[in-house]
Amino acid sequence: MSRIPLPYNPKVLELFRNPKNLGKMEDATVVAIAGNPSCGDMITFYLKINDKDIIERATFESYGCAANIATSSIVTEMIKGMKLEDAWKISWKSVAEAVGGLPSVKFHCGILAVGALKRAIRKYYKNKGFPPNWLQKELSFEEKQALEEEELAKVLSKRMKLEEEK
Amino acid sequence: MIENVKELLKAHEGLEREVYLDIENSSIVPKEVIDAMLPYYNERAYGNPTLTHKPGWEAFETIMESTQKIAGFLGSKTLEEVNFTPGETEANNLALIGVALSRKDKGKKIVISEVEPISVLHTTEMLQKYGFTTAKIPVDKEGFINLEKLKEEINKETILVSLSIVNHEIGTIQPIKEASKIIKDKNPETIFHTDASDAYSKINFNVKQLGIDLATLSSYKILGPRGIGALYVKEGINLERILEGQIGTQKLWPGIENTPLIVGFAKASELAFQNFEENVGSMRNLRDKLMEGIFEIVQDVKLNGPKGAKRAPDNVNVSILRCEGEALTIELSLSGVYVSSGSACTRRLLQPSHVLVAIGRKYEEAHGSILMKVTRYHKEEDIEYVLRVFPKAVERIRKITGSTEVE
Repeated sequence: MSRIPLPYNPKVLELFRNPKNLGKMEDATVVAIAGNPSCGDMITFYLKINDKDIIERATFESYGCAANIATSSIVTEMIKGMKLEDAWKISWKSVAEAVGGLPSVKFHCGILAVGALKRAIRKYYKNKGFPPNWLQKELSFEEKQALEEEELAKVLSKRMKLEEEK
Repeated sequence: MIENVKELLKAHEGLEREVYLDIENSSIVPKEVIDAMLPYYNERAYGNPTLTHKPGWEAFETIMESTQKIAGFLGSKTLEEVNFTPGETEANNLALIGVALSRKDKGKKIVISEVEPISVLHTTEMLQKYGFTTAKIPVDKEGFINLEKLKEEINKETILVSLSIVNHEIGTIQPIKEASKIIKDKNPETIFHTDASDAYSKINFNVKQLGIDLATLSSYKILGPRGIGALYVKEGINLERILEGQIGTQKLWPGIENTPLIVGFAKASELAFQNFEENVGSMRNLRDKLMEGIFEIVQDVKLNGPKGAKRAPDNVNVSILRCEGEALTIELSLSGVYVSSGSACTRRLLQPSHVLVAIGRKYEEAHGSILMKVTRYHKEEDIEYVLRVFPKAVERIRKITGSTEVE
């Protein structure tokens, strides 16, 4: 187990101190979650989408570190007023860039934020019943990574339970 | 990267008060200790203690007098029993690898507990690659080792047992006397090592009375300088060196002795043991004020480790539910309160503190843990300030957590 210095940049610090679009949205069109508390990393996005498939509003809640909070916050700003088709094209790298860069051990925070966004978009079209052509059937890189992190947490907590029973 | 750090530091300007409670990871060296060290850089005893000139003999005299002091506080009478190393990590490596190398023909089994420090844990993992085996003794919900399991694990093959007297993260004071008796009754040949870094000057113990063969000490944990520690090695026990080079006064550690750091370590020991009862009493008061204060003003908190007399006098470790630890340490820092967390977010691998997992904390509880240690230099007002800042910081982070279900 080792530690690494975490010299967060001013943008991350600013968003950590004053996150934008924070909190539950009561009238959200779609809600999606990525990560889970046992990873120490969990993001919830609330999106209000209009009938032209444009994101009118986005808010978030986050259980996680400063990078997790900052990347979630910036995603809500990036996607506001965006068409879902364009929002789908956002990559974790562009999110990391938008917060002024992340320490390498925190890349997964940006990945998780985009994973949650893509899940929200997929869920929206699933609820609607007819997915558009541009929506790829197979999971995106970020969705896969989010799934992997969640699976890892499950495996670890399962192992813990087994040890308790011993 | 350095630019980022400068900005982070700027965000801390104009703090009302600063309270440093992260003694687990580094410490503030009091002025009295620094003052004691400084003359040894350029006024006297700056020579190599094995050489035949005045500054060398002065260094020899200084190192021996410092050794004598530390040996005395441990309950040892012989100078040869205390060996300086560059710190706790090195002393633990020397103890474990040194025993493994010197006893490899007698057996291959090493016994530790699930809550030992990383420098013990990882060293045993390294030794496994060379044919040694490790058995880990489980602990209960307060971190106490299971003595029955310890008994089961000691056999003819067991060359070494390593158990800390006081747990570094959750402050559990282990039943070391009982453990020592169990070990020696089952196999008198088994070497008993203890990492005493968190016990030295915090609780009453005597290596002779406890039947300890090897004991690790750390200077910074008693507010001495970093870069120095020691391994007590009972007379008659042979250890292999783990580094080779020019051997001087320290038979187990080659290289030129660092006289000023040794002086600082001895001075810090003297200060801590002077008025021992009073020091421990004041730490215990501050510890309880901090612990009870947090429980009073913050909802959904769990104490990690035992309460009262079985807990180290300086240790406070709490899990704040629905509040991620790394985020909380940053928020507290921005108010001048410096603590650490067992959260995975502060580590390379996304796994929380192994100590908290061993006492049965769920991952989400470990991620919200905060570790603090008080010293005799802290004032009541420091703790009051922490208690003023703490609930606000928790409230803000929990606002970000929001309705996220964390149970």
